[in-house]
Amino acid sequence: MTARTAQNPPELASANPSYNDFEQNTTSPFPTLTVGATADQLGLFRVLSPDGKIIQPDSDLENGTGVSDADALAMLRSMVRQRVLDDRMLALQRQGRIGFYGAATGQEAGTIAAGHALELRDWIHPALREGGMLLHRGWPLWQYLAQIFGNQDDTSTKGRQMPCHYGSREFGYVTLSSVMATQMPQAVGTAYAMAMQHAAPDRPICLGAIGDGATSEGDFHVAMTFAGVMRPRGLGLPLLLYVQNNQWAISTPVAKQTAAPTLASKALGYGLVGARVDGNDALAVLRVMRAAADHVRRGGVPVFVEAVTYRVGAHTTSDDPSRYRDERVTQQWAALDPIERLHNYLKIRGIWQDADLQALREHSDEEVRSTLAKVEQVPPVALETLFEDVYAKVPPHLQAQLAEARRYHAKAQ
Amino acid sequence: MATMNIIQAVGDALHVAMQADEKVVVLGEDVGKFGGVFRATVGLQQAFGDDRVIDTPLAESGIIGAAIGMALYGMRPVAEIQFSDFIYPAYDQIVNELAKYRYRSAGLFPSPLVIRTPFGGGIRGGHYHSQSPESVFAHQAGLVLVAPSNPYDAKGLLLSAIFADDPVMVLEPKRVYRGPDHGTNWGSHKKSEVPSGDYRVPIGKAEVARPRTGRGIAVSLITYGAMVHTCDKAAELAAQEGIDVEILDLRTLVPYDLERVAEAGRATGRVVVANEAPRMCGYAAEMSAVIQEQCFDWLQAPIVRVTGWDTPFPYTLENDYLPSPARVLDALRTVAHYR
Repeated sequence: MTARTAQNPPELASANPSYNDFEQNTTSPFPTLTVGATADQLGLFRVLSPDGKIIQPDSDLENGTGVSDADALAMLRSMVRQRVLDDRMLALQRQGRIGFYGAATGQEAGTIAAGHALELRDWIHPALREGGMLLHRGWPLWQYLAQIFGNQDDTSTKGRQMPCHYGSREFGYVTLSSVMATQMPQAVGTAYAMAMQHAAPDRPICLGAIGDGATSEGDFHVAMTFAGVMRPRGLGLPLLLYVQNNQWAISTPVAKQTAAPTLASKALGYGLVGARVDGNDALAVLRVMRAAADHVRRGGVPVFVEAVTYRVGAHTTSDDPSRYRDERVTQQWAALDPIERLHNYLKIRGIWQDADLQALREHSDEEVRSTLAKVEQVPPVALETLFEDVYAKVPPHLQAQLAEARRYHAKAQ
Repeated sequence: MATMNIIQAVGDALHVAMQADEKVVVLGEDVGKFGGVFRATVGLQQAFGDDRVIDTPLAESGIIGAAIGMALYGMRPVAEIQFSDFIYPAYDQIVNELAKYRYRSAGLFPSPLVIRTPFGGGIRGGHYHSQSPESVFAHQAGLVLVAPSNPYDAKGLLLSAIFADDPVMVLEPKRVYRGPDHGTNWGSHKKSEVPSGDYRVPIGKAEVARPRTGRGIAVSLITYGAMVHTCDKAAELAAQEGIDVEILDLRTLVPYDLERVAEAGRATGRVVVANEAPRMCGYAAEMSAVIQEQCFDWLQAPIVRVTGWDTPFPYTLENDYLPSPARVLDALRTVAHYR
């Protein structure tokens, strides 16, 4: 036995995934979705290799992957639109036309495929980079853009929040706050209410989404605890907890957030089901999230899924990653692009060509540009909206303050 | 009608609400089988089952966070925080989430729920079972704050809170849970007569807890919660000295009854405001400022605040910390005889 000295420190576990694991054409078995299955939590389920080939074709499954062409194409369309939209918004921010933006670049599979696994009656308590789920559900692009501009058409926040704080009750997407991890205990409560109002197995479910950094927050652990313990009607909560591990919380790498070997392994300590999946592989994310959704819809123990990806862009438009990380490493991960992977897969399937991708990009770009042109013309929110919705009815003291504010608003114009 | 103490009135309100609406659920630490450390939820779990009366893990942010999620999806949760001193792990959920949900979501996601929490000292509870946090929460737009002082209001305000469209924090005056003073019970107090079934005490309305007699120098004494009873004793003593005190029990702290407060200021021009919490930026400061703004021309004397000291809440010396009848009486004398 070697004595531990300063020269010979104990080896620390690291939740920072190794790039080499992702370059390889290997996969772990499909998650068993059972409590305590550490292999599910430490492994990495993948369907496609980085160049879009099926790693282990399963002849029992549709297309050898378990994903229909219609599903794959639907996801690709939304992923490409998200990329185009994000690029356009980043450009707009640099031009000073919008104040802020948080892009999902490189995380399109983790966002869109997880959203695609849900039904429309299911709810999402999102983190920052899940806006694409809402668009994928059918929320109109003009509403997305109106929220970013905070103008009169901003139905998400009435111009009260920074960009990217989307919300829609109709599309089951709870308006984002900027606060870390608070959505997770709330997702537990929403799932509880769903379980009380709808009987299993046919019941809506709730997805609580979080990033790797926020798994250090108390509310994450509180949510995991409550998720394991609460058993309305004697069943597990209809709840999916979903972390997109993009390996960076602004400048802090995930290895400085936790000494756990993987984020998914945290499920074990709370009595939850855990699973780990390649977040850049849309087919893998869809398959795992669909199985997990079905599992909790029927009353199984809630599932905590880690999708491993990489934040190839900045945290937000207020950030400069070249100050704290080696951008050559970023370029390596960027080469594991989720859109390229799905695109290549569909090409190999023979139902999709390079020209189709090009046409899809152009179509998305045109859609974003023309919608943007309209949304930019919409006037700002009216002054009285400053005082509305604080309470259900505007109380007397806020009526008085509105009257006061109105005097100065009039003078300012 | 039945004679009840505040604990019984709170429990009765919860029974009535849970009976009336299956969306009402109660959650918190020890609220189920045990019936709560103050016994306010006794019998609820037996009556409504453990899915609706939920013993939660010991984590306040989880209690409030889960309650918010339930409320977003249409339930009417009543969360208990065992002592308001322990509410701070949930501070983020209350301030950044609960208070702002309706606003930040353009009205799409209101989260009406109730937080019941006992507050105030006088039970030999030291720092962590005695504090009065109302100012901390009064500062957060989006929350409604009520603080009943007696059994009738405790039930009526709680029922209003449970069926309100806004999140409501109910600060329960734990020192007077079982009687208006040490060693007493609510017995013959006029506010211990509690109607059965559903009735509501309106949110936003103050009430005169002690009217003026018309004999002596008129003074308005504004307060709430357990301090109403301390103030009543002081007013009794003051009456013997020719000071005629009206006590206004605010009952709702946010949004407070501005009309009635201003009326009190104008009626006497001599005002004392009393609260247990520290003086610095305390609730009495808001009252003093608004009366000064609204009633300046009527004022006969500077407004005097009677409050806890700007120290942590003590254990051994708690009776030196808490505003006593003698301290309130001194303030009444000061404003009554000011010239």
